[in-house]
This record gives sequence, C-alpha cells and structure tokens, in this order.
Amino acid sequence: MSETLTGAQALIRALEHEGVDVIFGMPGGAILPAYDPLYDSPIRHVLVRHEQGAGHMASGYAHATGRVGVCLVTSGPAATNLITPLQDAYMDSIPVVAVTGQVAQTSIGMDAFQEAHTWGISMPVTKHNYLITNVDEIPDVIREAFHLAATGRPGPVLVDVPKDILNDTMAWHRPGEINLPGYKPSVKGHPRQVQAAIDMIHAAERPVLYAGGGIIRANAAERLRRFAELSNLPTVTTLMARGAIPDSHELALGMPGMHGNYTAITAMQKADLLVAIGARFDDRVTGKVEAFAPDAKVIHVDVDPAEIGKVRNAEIPIVGDADAVLEQLIFGMEHFLGSKPAPARTAWLETLAQWQQEHPLTYEQDPEGPIQQQYVIQEMHRITGGDAIVVAGVGQHQMWASQYWGFEKPRTWINSGGLGTMGYAIPAAIGAKAGVPDELVIAFDGDGCFQMTMQELVTASVEKIPVKIMVLNNSWLGMVKQWQKLFYNERYSATDLTNHTPDFVGLAEAMGCAGLRAERPEEVGPAIEKALAINDRPVVVEFKCDPDAMVFPMVPAGGSNDDVALSVEDLA
Amino acid sequence: MSRPNNITQHVITVLVEDKPGVLARVSSMFARRGFNIHSLAVGPTADATLSRMTVVADGPEMEQIIKQLYKLVNTVKVTEHAPGEAVEREIMLVRINADSKRRGEILDAAGIFDARAVDVGKNTITFELSGEPDRLSDFLELMRPYGIVDLVKSGRIALARDPKSKNGQQRELRSA
Repeated sequence: MSETLTGAQALIRALEHEGVDVIFGMPGGAILPAYDPLYDSPIRHVLVRHEQGAGHMASGYAHATGRVGVCLVTSGPAATNLITPLQDAYMDSIPVVAVTGQVAQTSIGMDAFQEAHTWGISMPVTKHNYLITNVDEIPDVIREAFHLAATGRPGPVLVDVPKDILNDTMAWHRPGEINLPGYKPSVKGHPRQVQAAIDMIHAAERPVLYAGGGIIRANAAERLRRFAELSNLPTVTTLMARGAIPDSHELALGMPGMHGNYTAITAMQKADLLVAIGARFDDRVTGKVEAFAPDAKVIHVDVDPAEIGKVRNAEIPIVGDADAVLEQLIFGMEHFLGSKPAPARTAWLETLAQWQQEHPLTYEQDPEGPIQQQYVIQEMHRITGGDAIVVAGVGQHQMWASQYWGFEKPRTWINSGGLGTMGYAIPAAIGAKAGVPDELVIAFDGDGCFQMTMQELVTASVEKIPVKIMVLNNSWLGMVKQWQKLFYNERYSATDLTNHTPDFVGLAEAMGCAGLRAERPEEVGPAIEKALAINDRPVVVEFKCDPDAMVFPMVPAGGSNDDVALSVEDLA
Repeated sequence: MSRPNNITQHVITVLVEDKPGVLARVSSMFARRGFNIHSLAVGPTADATLSRMTVVADGPEMEQIIKQLYKLVNTVKVTEHAPGEAVEREIMLVRINADSKRRGEILDAAGIFDARAVDVGKNTITFELSGEPDRLSDFLELMRPYGIVDLVKSGRIALARDPKSKNGQQRELRSA
C-alpha cells in the first residue's frame, strides 16, 4: 500500500529524490505548508533576506556546481521578486528550478491577498513553467522541471503550487517515465556536417575558435582544449566562457567583444573562419553585425537550433551538445590527421603573438594613489595564486575582473552576462559558496551593485557562508559615468555617488561580517591578506578606488570592431 | 493596403500538446517577435493528446520564429505552408442589406458562390460560406455594394496536401 502524503510532503520528497541538498528561500502565506515538512528534511534551507537573492543564489550554486539550483518562495510579491533572477538565468542558460506558492485555486483570479498571475508573468522568463492543478501531478512535474532545467540548453523552470494543492493528500508514487513529445534535444552532431567542419577547419589559414558559455554549461572545457591543440586553433573565450581554456595556454587569446583585448577582437575581424561553439554572436561580442568578421566563414555548433543563423549565417551549422560534438570533431581530426598534421599556421599565430605584444591590456598604478581597480584584482590573483571562484556584479569592475583575472579552469568565473543584472555578485557568491564550501569564493563588486543586494550579507553571516566581498568603491556608477564622459559631453546626470556612499565597513560589521578598508595602494595587499585569513564569517573589504578610471579597450556601442579604442585618446 | 516589401503573409501550422496555457505560449512568441497575427484557429486532431493551431501572420520571414516555436516544450511540430502546398479553408457568416427589391439579385449572386442563406430577416440576409480564403474575399467584394451589415470569419485552417495528390492543380483552377 502506498503512503499517503500531503502535497507539501510530496513536494519536499520529490525535491529530495532529485538530490537537492540546499534550497534558497523565504517562507510566506501560500508556501507555508511546504515549510513544515522542510523543517524535518535533510535538505539545507538558506533563509534569504529578499527573494531576488534566493534566485541569484540558486544561479550561483548552479554555476559553481553544475547542478540545478533551487529556490522556494511564496506567492505574489515573492514570486514577482524572482522575475529578475529567472530572466538572468534564462539569458545565461543556468539550470534553476523555482518553486512558488500560489493562493488556493478557488481564489485564483479573484485578486486575493498576495495573488499574482505567476504563471503568466514568468512564462517569458523561463524555459518552461507549470501551474499544478492536481496534487497527484507533483512527483512528475518536479521530475520534468529538473529534467528540463538541466538538459538541452539549460535554463530556469518555475513550478507554481496553489496552497490547497499543498494541503491536499495523495498516494505517494515515484515519478513515471518522462513524456515530453515536443522536447528532444539533439546530442550528437550530424556526422556529415562534422566531417565538413573538419575539412573547412583544415583548409583555413586564419581560423579562430570562438568559445561561448555553452562550453562551460556542457562541461566541455577539457575537450575544447584538446580540439584547439589538435587543430592549432587560437581561441577566444567570451565573457560567459572565461576559463573554458586556460588563459595561460599558448592558444588562448582571452576575451573578445566590447571590452575585450585588442588581439581577441582583431583576430576575429581578420579571421577567414570562425568556429563558434556554444556561443550566440551576442551584440557585445559582434559590435556592428554587418562589420563583424567580414572575411570569415562560420561553423556554428550549438545545442539550441534557434541560435544558429539568428545573428550570423553559418556555412556549417551543427546542432548538438558542445561536448558531444567536440568529441566527434576530435575523433574526426585524429583520423583525418593520421596522415597529415594540422596546418601549423605559423604566420597567423605569429601575427597574433605580435599583436599581443604590441597591444597588451594596460593600466598604471601610481604608488601615491589612487588605487586602480585593476591593481586590486591583480593583487588578489597574485596572493591567492588564482585558486578561487571569482564572482562579479555588473559594470566596470566586472569587465576588469574578466580582463585581469587569469582563469585557468571552468566554473571559476560567475557573472551576469546576458541580462547584466547589477547586484548579482553578493547573492551569487553566497550560492556558489554554499555549493562548493571548500573553495575560496571571492566577489568583486562595485559600490553601486553592493547597495542593490547587500542585505544578503546578513544571510551569509547567519548561515555561516564565509564569502569575500571586495568592493571596488569609486563612488560613481562607473560604467554609466564612462559613457557620459565619452558620449554625453561629461554631463554626469545621476551617477555621482561621491559623499553619498554609505560606510561600507560599518555596514559590513552591522550585518555580522568583518569589515576592512584600504585607501592607499600599499594597503591593498595587506588588506587582502587579512581578508583571506578570516574564515569564520564573511568579509567585506572596501577599496577606495580611482573615480576616473575607465575600461579599455572599448568598442563604442553599435560601432565596428575594426574601431577598437585602446585609450580615451582613440575616441577623441 | 500596402505593406513594406519584405512583409508577407505566412501560414503556419503548429502541432502542440493539448495542455493548459499552450495557446498563450504560442501567441506570446509571435507578440514578442513583433509579428501581427492575422488569424488563429485551434482545434483537436486525430490524436487526442495533440491540438493543431493554424496561424496566419504577417512578418518578414518565419525561419527564426519557427525555431523559437520549436523551443516551446509543448510544441511537437511546426510547418510553414508555401502557397498551394496546403488545403486552406475559412468559414464566414455575413449579413447583407437585402430589401425586397434586391433580394432576388442577391440570392442569385450568392448561388454562384454556393453561399447558403442561413438567416433571412425583413431587410437582411445572412449567408454562410466556406472555402478558400480568396473565394470568401471575392464573395465579399460582390456583396459590398449591397451593404455588409455584419461579418464574422473563422481563423484559417490548413492541412498540408498529400505530396502525391493532384489537387495542387485544382486550386489554381478554382481561384482563377
């Protein structure tokens, strides 16, 4: 005889069956029944201070672990507070399952207290979503939600559960076979296309391997490196793909795009072939599309057919999982190259090396100060040996972190790429650290971003999740200021936070964290050492940074990547 | 009405799982891409678990939206029908001003189109007509001078022709 459970019990059991070890959430009226069985569950619950934090924590957890991140909140305002992190996860293909409480079915559509049309609101920001209308559906819907979140092109899935369903009873059963006739993601690429790709790569003189976030999502970094080596392919890693190939690798060119380095940008512009894998020709990478990589043929590998040909026509489209297709490519290369080695492409590689030498990333740290943001990032890298998971918010600090941190491994760089969600860093770092507690998790944050989600530091200290938050405080909304300086005649409308920033050290301490401050260049190293030595609580270090520092290189929005500016003089 | 050169009318059938909300998912996809839905018809299919939607939409090209429709988890198959590739039908009810003097004339004209008078009042006649969209338009043009009082049209329904059928020819004959 099967066991009789309430819907709430069935929900928690279904989550346990999915192997969930931590849930980020906050209780409230409609979801209250689910919090009762959760009280006895081995699943760890991390109580957030705002539901947006729960969503980004689930995302940070998923980034760091590769497993599905889970958040649990109530109806109405709690569900609407999840919309930003859901859209964020959707844009960056992060596997997240969100469970939201809903008012009882008899109240749906009646403007009940804390009612929102969560299913409708969340539809365009999720890969798929559910409103459960029968308690018996719970095991199957949760199974499907995790399957959809984690497979194919990963993404967020929301499950809305009315309160009466949570209170109803059911005969517990394990979920049945997944039956989704409209959902069959391709895994392997078409063999003929793979062979054609190998031929085209072999024939190319100036190829560039364009690695996107799909490499990280598909756990394909190892095969990416092997493939790049086998076929002598210089490799750019997009903002979402940092760490897909070690930055120290001789074929690694670093980040392309609006704030990429000269060599990565120009290599794509001059290429005769782009081999895009798990990348989506985002506008931040291509700049003006008509002027992007004008001489290049394109091989485009993506698990999502809707990405292929969306922005740039592909001569050879290959639909499939990045790792599976790389395996096919490597196999083909090894056999194809049995008699003849991959072209050495000496001239191309020498040109690239020369560009790297002529146009490195540069900044100058005046020993008298002010502290340069890039210097903080480099000092942290030097002191930790780069052995950390790095998280960023959105803005100048994010670009500098991506540029100046040498990434050697996948899943060591967590940021909001597609949506550009300010405030992402603190909750995402907490989620990551909850997922991989033995790793050092460092967030670089801006003073603007910090003030958007700082309340989650209370969560971190109460839950003993000792993240390190490095606030690069320039007392400006720095990236916006940069645009105002360059494109709006230095009219600094609503960006100057000078004399309006709070006391970050005081805030940190008030929230149960250690608070440190560095005001001069020589204080940077010691402050970092001190922060790294504190492991019983979260640490916030405020670095008083240069208010005028700007991110370069820069391709102005809508401009051609041929016109990359290496300094402010280039834009004059 | 003139349209920009690259905007054309497309007929798409979307085979979907018969699940709550699936119509909202499909129509929202068109809205997001800025495509105007001209008509939409939804109904059951031979398979009880599936529904078929026929969407007539205006837009420059459909390849991307078809791929995005496929991304919807409940979408099983999407087909765009080039002109002549599918049997396309609409049904219409139209009420025409028909005083006693002109009634005979109107009924004669309706007879040519096989339109059926389904409601006759003192001053109006309501016709039912089904067929190819062009045929319905032609009938409306014929009736317009008498005065169209009210009009309702179903969304278009379409079913791909059997590739071996000879009816491709027939369509051209009837539209001519």
